[in-house]
Amino acid sequence: MSGPSTYVPKSAIGRWFESRLPLMGLVHSSFIAYPVPRNLNYMWTFGAILSFMLVAQIVTGVVLAMHYVPSASEAFSSVNFRIMRDVNYGWLIRYMHSNGASLFFLAGYIHMFRGLYYGSFKPPRELLWIIGVIIYFLMMATAFMGYVLPWGSMSFAGATVITNLTSAIPLVGNSIAHWLWGGFAVGGPTLNRFFSLHYLLPFIIAAFVGLHVWALHVAGQNNPDGVEVKDVARDTVAFTPYATIKDVLGLSVFLILYAWLIFYIPNYLLDADNSNPANPLATPAHVVPEWYLLPFYAMLRAIPNKLMGVIVLFAAIVVLAFIPWLDRSPVKSAKYRPAYRFFFWVFVAVGIGLGYLGSQEPTEGLALIARILTFGYFAFFLIIMPVLSFTEKTKPIPTSIADAVLTKTKTAAVAAG
Amino acid sequence: MIRVKFPVLALVAMALVAASALAALAQEEAEQPNPPRLDWTFSGMFGIYDKAQLQRGFQVYKEVCSTCHALSIPFRELSDFGGPGFTEDQVKTLAATYQVTNAQPNDKGEIFKRPATPADIIPRPEAYPNDQAAAAALGKAPPDMALLAKALKFERGFPWFVLDALPGLEYQEMGADYIHAILTGYTKPDDLQWNLYYPGHRIAMPQPITNGAVDYKDGTPPTLDNYARDVAAFLSWAAEPNLVERKRIGLRVMIFLFLFAILLYFTKKRIWEWVH
Repeated sequence: MSGPSTYVPKSAIGRWFESRLPLMGLVHSSFIAYPVPRNLNYMWTFGAILSFMLVAQIVTGVVLAMHYVPSASEAFSSVNFRIMRDVNYGWLIRYMHSNGASLFFLAGYIHMFRGLYYGSFKPPRELLWIIGVIIYFLMMATAFMGYVLPWGSMSFAGATVITNLTSAIPLVGNSIAHWLWGGFAVGGPTLNRFFSLHYLLPFIIAAFVGLHVWALHVAGQNNPDGVEVKDVARDTVAFTPYATIKDVLGLSVFLILYAWLIFYIPNYLLDADNSNPANPLATPAHVVPEWYLLPFYAMLRAIPNKLMGVIVLFAAIVVLAFIPWLDRSPVKSAKYRPAYRFFFWVFVAVGIGLGYLGSQEPTEGLALIARILTFGYFAFFLIIMPVLSFTEKTKPIPTSIADAVLTKTKTAAVAAG
Repeated sequence: MIRVKFPVLALVAMALVAASALAALAQEEAEQPNPPRLDWTFSGMFGIYDKAQLQRGFQVYKEVCSTCHALSIPFRELSDFGGPGFTEDQVKTLAATYQVTNAQPNDKGEIFKRPATPADIIPRPEAYPNDQAAAAALGKAPPDMALLAKALKFERGFPWFVLDALPGLEYQEMGADYIHAILTGYTKPDDLQWNLYYPGHRIAMPQPITNGAVDYKDGTPPTLDNYARDVAAFLSWAAEPNLVERKRIGLRVMIFLFLFAILLYFTKKRIWEWVH
């Protein structure tokens, strides 16, 4: 989609700069002249929203790190007393950061489900999708380590549960766990390295986001009709102002939700147990992760064998990277795939169901439901996708993006007139 | 061939039914009541703390709770914006009635005691210099009360926990309701460690306060229910002292974002006009 830059600087200084470092040309071709399909809906604003959230998390995080003390004896009070009370607007920065993590994941899940629904992982966008899966995994690692830093009692319990997963590995598991902990249990050294990694990983995420955007700009954006751009003049509009204004509008609506969380229900998503300092002798009655990890936690607990549980947990993420080869249907968008669309919504319901189960205390009855839903999760990728690839009767797809848009306007005009 | 219509509504309905069934299953053994939800002056979008109530709550804390519970906040916060509204002089006088151990030795190398200043943390109960001492004497160390109102929770269950996030229904006062419920939950006069609302009903803290235990100066009836409300409000403030400032800034942010979004919406419409 993006060829050699056609950018011609207007000023002499601009031309001097451009002939030595074509930075403005890159920006111009990527974010101004870059052609985007004209039929994109608001689901396509979440890329911009996610970029904003990443920057917001890094900026608030850097400020928090200036006041945070990564030691087992000081961490809790540095967050709950120094930052929340003594630092000017420290409470605001902290609530932005802790609720920002949740909204980052919310936007991420919408972005991923959009990709699944409209077939954005299909050729030529397989690498784009896989880079996205890597970003998702890095986000989970970053969020988990960030959750440990306030050193509350749920932080401590979460760190213990997750790092203990490695001990399920035969032979070397315990050694790996000790190596991760920097001791014989989760403690000060663990907190210190988690802080270090929590500061590092966002920049690695940013690097992968760079690759993600690069790959996107090579392959071009998918669109709700799932047909590729055939005629740039008819099928696309320029990124600026058309996509830019939509992105900013989508972002500002998203920010209303973000502000609602920060200013009015800042503790809604935080576990009350994390307002108690970490205490190895007093584990919370009911250990739960943050909401965005709950479906995976439900799968982990659904499997009676610890090692198998850990394998299922990681398989649930790894399987995402193989989607481009599991779904072979030539039709991209679920708009023209009625059966896939049905199973997609079932899959969404399965995900929400698993999330709910992850938040509940495990009982026999719930464990059985969790097993069924875990099967459903994997069945969507490993059975439904390959089978539908060859058996589904799809609807006819429009010949071009312009046709899809024109048909829609015409139908609307007929209906109205 | 598989051909299915697009029954999103049916699916949502199915999911809701399934979730309610799951919720029912999860709560099959709910043998104790949840704390009742009370009206608080600091709930809702425009809620702020009631100064007089926080001052009464502080009095209850000082005369009753502080015998066993620490409240590790600095005295100076008692005169901060949005809080109980004591004057700086009142706080200075109050602090001076406490003795604290100076953190640094004097120039002869002696550790010494001095009257507290507003910058000092409110000292722990004298009888229990640390949690171990308190646990040894009382069976279980009483928790520090600084964050207590944020540290208490109870399960709301589906669908309430979803509704609790929505504008107009938002529920952030769970800790206050819990504290009030515990203090008023000693309903078996022959068993002072039986509490209606405490999980399992066995609570380490024997009934701490009864009608008439604290002498209110402002004419508020000296009832257990009032004590419980006032101290719960006070502890909510102690745990979340920036609530008033937070909501005040939040209102401006919300107004700005709504106007901004509306303007952007019309700008977007204008820009996209010719495309369709």
